[in-house]
Amino acid sequence: MTLFLQQLINGLSLGAIYALIALGYTMVYGTLQLINFAHSEVFMMGAFAAFLFAGAMGWGDGAGVGAAAAVALVAMGSCAILGMTIERIAYRPMRKSTRLNMLITAIGVSIFLQNLALRLWGTNLTFPDLIAKTNWEIAGVNVASNSVMVLGVTLVLMIGLTWLIEKTKIGLAMRAVSHSRETAALMGIPVDRTISFTFALGSALAGAGAFLFLLGAPKVDPQMGAMPGLKAFVAAVLGGIGSVPGAVVGALVLGLCETFVSGYVSSTWRDAVAFCVLIVILLYKPSGLFGKHIVEKV
Amino acid sequence: MKGAAIGYALFVVALAAIWGVDQFVIPYTDRYLTDMLLRVAICVISVSGLALVLGFTGQFSLGHAGFMAVGAYSSAVMSMKFGVPFPLAVLLGGLFAGVAGLAVGVPSLRLTGDYLAVVTLGFNQIIIVAVQNSGSFVDAVRALFGTSGAEGKPAELVLGSFGEVLSRFGDLGGAQGLTGVPLETNFGWAFTWLLLALVTLRNLLRSPHGRTFAAVRDNEIATRSLGIDTTRVKVTAFVIGAFWAGVAGSLTAFKLSSIFPNQFESKVSIELLAMVVLGGSGSLSGPVLSASLLTLLPEFLRGLAEYRMMIYALLLVVMMIVRPKGLLGTRELSDVILAGYRRLFPVRKPA
Repeated sequence: MTLFLQQLINGLSLGAIYALIALGYTMVYGTLQLINFAHSEVFMMGAFAAFLFAGAMGWGDGAGVGAAAAVALVAMGSCAILGMTIERIAYRPMRKSTRLNMLITAIGVSIFLQNLALRLWGTNLTFPDLIAKTNWEIAGVNVASNSVMVLGVTLVLMIGLTWLIEKTKIGLAMRAVSHSRETAALMGIPVDRTISFTFALGSALAGAGAFLFLLGAPKVDPQMGAMPGLKAFVAAVLGGIGSVPGAVVGALVLGLCETFVSGYVSSTWRDAVAFCVLIVILLYKPSGLFGKHIVEKV
Repeated sequence: MKGAAIGYALFVVALAAIWGVDQFVIPYTDRYLTDMLLRVAICVISVSGLALVLGFTGQFSLGHAGFMAVGAYSSAVMSMKFGVPFPLAVLLGGLFAGVAGLAVGVPSLRLTGDYLAVVTLGFNQIIIVAVQNSGSFVDAVRALFGTSGAEGKPAELVLGSFGEVLSRFGDLGGAQGLTGVPLETNFGWAFTWLLLALVTLRNLLRSPHGRTFAAVRDNEIATRSLGIDTTRVKVTAFVIGAFWAGVAGSLTAFKLSSIFPNQFESKVSIELLAMVVLGGSGSLSGPVLSASLLTLLPEFLRGLAEYRMMIYALLLVVMMIVRPKGLLGTRELSDVILAGYRRLFPVRKPA
């Protein structure tokens, strides 16, 4: 039972980070029908932004919650700018071309950013422990302050995102554009600006995800985005790509699967099991857990 | 009939040319250049398999490198543990990959588009993880069957030797890689396989089967309404594509002598996909061209060693914006050359 609760907490906090990244995939997919392969590199760049900003401010181990919050905000902001820039330079000229071409462009952007980071900053840097870690022992279960913070921050961001999408004018525009780009344009919605905002939002969430990820695994590396990015993408598809609640649920399912497998079976098999779960779910529900089932017509 | 005879003659001439070069030119060629040629040949074999799946049948597969892994490991094991000679091991590597393609294709080809992409990507990752954990598989087999089958009852003997076969098969070196594969891939064999791949794929695409592939790509529902079992068509394309990936993987194993699971990561699948799209999906010579260029490009950029991958990536993006249909689009190289020739030397109409 203790092991179960322990893995539950670990799984939820891993899933929360996946969720933050997966939201970027799913929102971009909703508006452009594009699998934004560069998203994992936005996440990586967010980690670098956090690392460089903390370094520039001279913040090291135990710098405090205020410093951590500032670093997180900088990571989110730089990711948002990066996301918008990528969209403007690489994806906007491709609006009218096929999805496969946009995909290749995304791959190109991804390779470019990875190598840019490698050139500029190098590999395997250590991120400082900005907030001193503590562990609480509750009923025999080890609760790390990191997990609590990850869950808390994710929850706040989710509530904010839901509010933004459901209650604000720009959220309405986002939903309209993802429903039908042409109709939205006819209704006077500035489609390009809305897409740009969607990228900014998704990328900012990835930036937050990167910061939270660094709390648990404090290594900054140009390759660091690949695996979490892939997992988050899987999570987005699992939940039904294009669906915001789907991405969150998919990410939590994936995170829990992974930690339970590494807790009860073997940690080396956890990646395989994550993908097995994905395959099984997709075979029974081909459009994901929350995806719309579209009947294809000739 | 006459066309077929010319075709056979050309094939024999090409084969003779390949082995002639292998015998008389390659010994005097720079090792580095030969190595580059081998890499191009292997890459083209793999990409042409993917061109069939993605370009001609329109199935979005992101697991091609996984099949290369299956081919590489099975052929290496065949050669090292069962003493199968090299050419046969390569063929077996291809066949094993084909079987893997069947196993992956039958369930997953019910999905379309991005979902298919993710599932194939997932299978790729599963194959990698399975290879990485091959050690624990061997332990399990040994525990289950025991390894010494020499003494004991006949039933145990059979099971024991079965276990021995299984554990030999399972011993893939894990994440540390499998080393000591004989260095057998040479110019002659690599280009013979390349020739076989291109000829069989070209003939397949010109046959009625080939037209069915394109029909599935262009409109699956309309094709189904004509009474064609589209799932079967897709699985066929997938299996053939996997076979060629397996052959390419086997040749890689016998070229490098040591293979590692992360050589065949999904990242490689994505790069192969980029080659097909860049060459023009719906063309065979286009991807062949782009695979050769993209394999050689980083070498040409070696002077700019530090920035070559960045330049490569930028070229990819710029190409997609400037030439969205890829180098050749749906045309073949021969069409392009012929069109150029016609433009230079227009046919004069009789007065």
